[in-house]
Amino acid sequence: MFKRFVEWMDARIPMTKTWNIHLAQYPAPKNFNFWYVFGVLAMLVLVNQILTGVWLTMNYVPSSEGAFASVEYIMRDIEYGWLLRYMHSTGASAFFVVVYLHMFRGMMYGSYQKPRELLWIFGMLIFLVLMAEAFMGYLLPWGQMSYWGAQVIISLFGAIPFVGDDLTLWIRGDYVISGATLNRFFALHVIALPLVLVILVFLHIIALHEVGSNNPDGIEVKKKKGTVDDAEKPKFKFHERFTKKYDIVDAIPFYPYYIVKDLVAIGIFLFAFCYVIFFNPEMGGFFLEPPNFEPANPLKTPEHIAPVWYFTPFYAILRAVPDKLFGVILMFAAIVMLALLPWLDRCKVRSVRFRSALHKVNLTVFAISFIVLGYLGTQPATPTATRIAQIFTLLYFGFFILLWFYSKREKTKPLPERLTS
Amino acid sequence: MKKLLVALVTLLPTLVFAAGPSVHLDKANIDLTDKASLQRGAQLFMNYCLGCHQMQYQRYNSTFEDIGVPLELGQENLQFTGDKAGDLITNNMPAEKAASWFGNPPPDLTMVSRVRGKDWIYTYLRSFYRDDSRPFGVNNVVFPNVGMPHVLQELQGLPERTHEERMIDGEMKDVYVGLKSDGTGALSAGEYDQAVLDLTNFLVYTGEPMKLERTRIGWFVFGFLLVFTLLAWFLKKEFWKDVK
Repeated sequence: MFKRFVEWMDARIPMTKTWNIHLAQYPAPKNFNFWYVFGVLAMLVLVNQILTGVWLTMNYVPSSEGAFASVEYIMRDIEYGWLLRYMHSTGASAFFVVVYLHMFRGMMYGSYQKPRELLWIFGMLIFLVLMAEAFMGYLLPWGQMSYWGAQVIISLFGAIPFVGDDLTLWIRGDYVISGATLNRFFALHVIALPLVLVILVFLHIIALHEVGSNNPDGIEVKKKKGTVDDAEKPKFKFHERFTKKYDIVDAIPFYPYYIVKDLVAIGIFLFAFCYVIFFNPEMGGFFLEPPNFEPANPLKTPEHIAPVWYFTPFYAILRAVPDKLFGVILMFAAIVMLALLPWLDRCKVRSVRFRSALHKVNLTVFAISFIVLGYLGTQPATPTATRIAQIFTLLYFGFFILLWFYSKREKTKPLPERLTS
Repeated sequence: MKKLLVALVTLLPTLVFAAGPSVHLDKANIDLTDKASLQRGAQLFMNYCLGCHQMQYQRYNSTFEDIGVPLELGQENLQFTGDKAGDLITNNMPAEKAASWFGNPPPDLTMVSRVRGKDWIYTYLRSFYRDDSRPFGVNNVVFPNVGMPHVLQELQGLPERTHEERMIDGEMKDVYVGLKSDGTGALSAGEYDQAVLDLTNFLVYTGEPMKLERTRIGWFVFGFLLVFTLLAWFLKKEFWKDVK
């Protein structure tokens, strides 16, 4: 019965074929470590955001008069509305946690290098859309921090010469942030951006499965056809799409091996995720900021406006520069630099395991700079804090500049023929 | 790479911060499971606060249910505004007039505990003192030049700032040592602290009425996750026997 159903389907749509190419017969390097779970986790969080988002939309009122009260209505009067809301608000932060770790994984193991440049670019586009999605979503509860955070970020566009003021007017749809802004942000947050996000994720995965997954050793599991003995080949069946041109070594099918492994990772991740949802939904003011429990008031500026934690590294870079326009440029440059990594890194060796001590130090300094900047972005800009932010901004950009110089003639360790461990 | 990880992990805790308030706040040891305290807090709120401050996101009937007051009893003794059990806890003070009376309209208090924190509320309500230069004759240590009168004065009495001569760096100096009530209140100092604690407890409850329920459910979720993760772990071990 089931077999006949599958045959009927396969005659009409490539169901089994797609399953095999992308899961059951997709060769994944067998040495994925801890760092390789964040892609799957990002996917899980995306699904969580879409599902909880749909149900939140059913009771949310997108107007400046009704938004704040409707969120509290969801929290208090809808059965388990608080759960949906906390899953969504925690999911937003969790999304950035896993995406930042996913990106750092790519940086450690050179996953952006040839031939995975486009894969990396799609990833960066996902990151950009995600930031826009999070920013617009944060306005919707219409709390004090929603309002003033949006005020600060939209005003950044005003720094652009000539068109700046008109541009901010166009974004807001009003002279100040108002119900008009809220309504358009709502439309973009629930329809436009999620749609773009899902399409980009699809392209990201298609591009990944075209070039194949990188791994902690940064060497290929695809060898030239005919160079590998049959005894050396894995006993698994891979789709001929992968074996037609290459001999595959040290790989295992994604399904079931990595699916079951990812289930363990998902379980562990959910412990942390559910801890926040059920025991600490505000996460000490990092995930839900205290002033946001007060409705937006255009006449009352909060003492200290800080964006949510996932924007703070870039916010700190912005504030480190005395000139507003240059600060805005530098802030966007911080993201552009990441997108340019495939071309800034001229080394042929991918994984940090086999790269020079200089590169290891450089990458560590970069990671520390990112975290320190993130911390500074949450703090008031005192002169000392600004000075420290300037130093770490230099180190942040220094990573990319140094990389471009030393990577061409970097002293690397010899690469193994086959995957280690 | 392991070294890098270790470095990052050890660095993290030093970066997690707690932005300390500029005034010392007393710790409010509230207990959300103490229904008697919540009920006393609700009574204080309805009698002393609701005249000016609303709770426009919280309903009477769900409040009564959560704090263990039978609906009829609650409607008779605690519901002074609105007549339906499902009404929101509001008052009839016109916001515009209130703004001209107090400088600012009195804020909604449903979530004040999430905006200010429980310790702030507990300390604030115990920090009014006599200041004849202010319109209502009182000021507040935690909230300087506050726009509201000392509403709980009939309970606490009117505290004064007390000073003491103390030896500091070899010189006698006049030091502010705290507030002392003039003793005209109906409650003793200890009783007043308890009353404010009850009120704080109630405000923490209204800030997040589902707090007890969410932690209760949380433990079941953890239980499920433990089973799920263990099963996934064994499943993984079983499947990965093939991989060498």
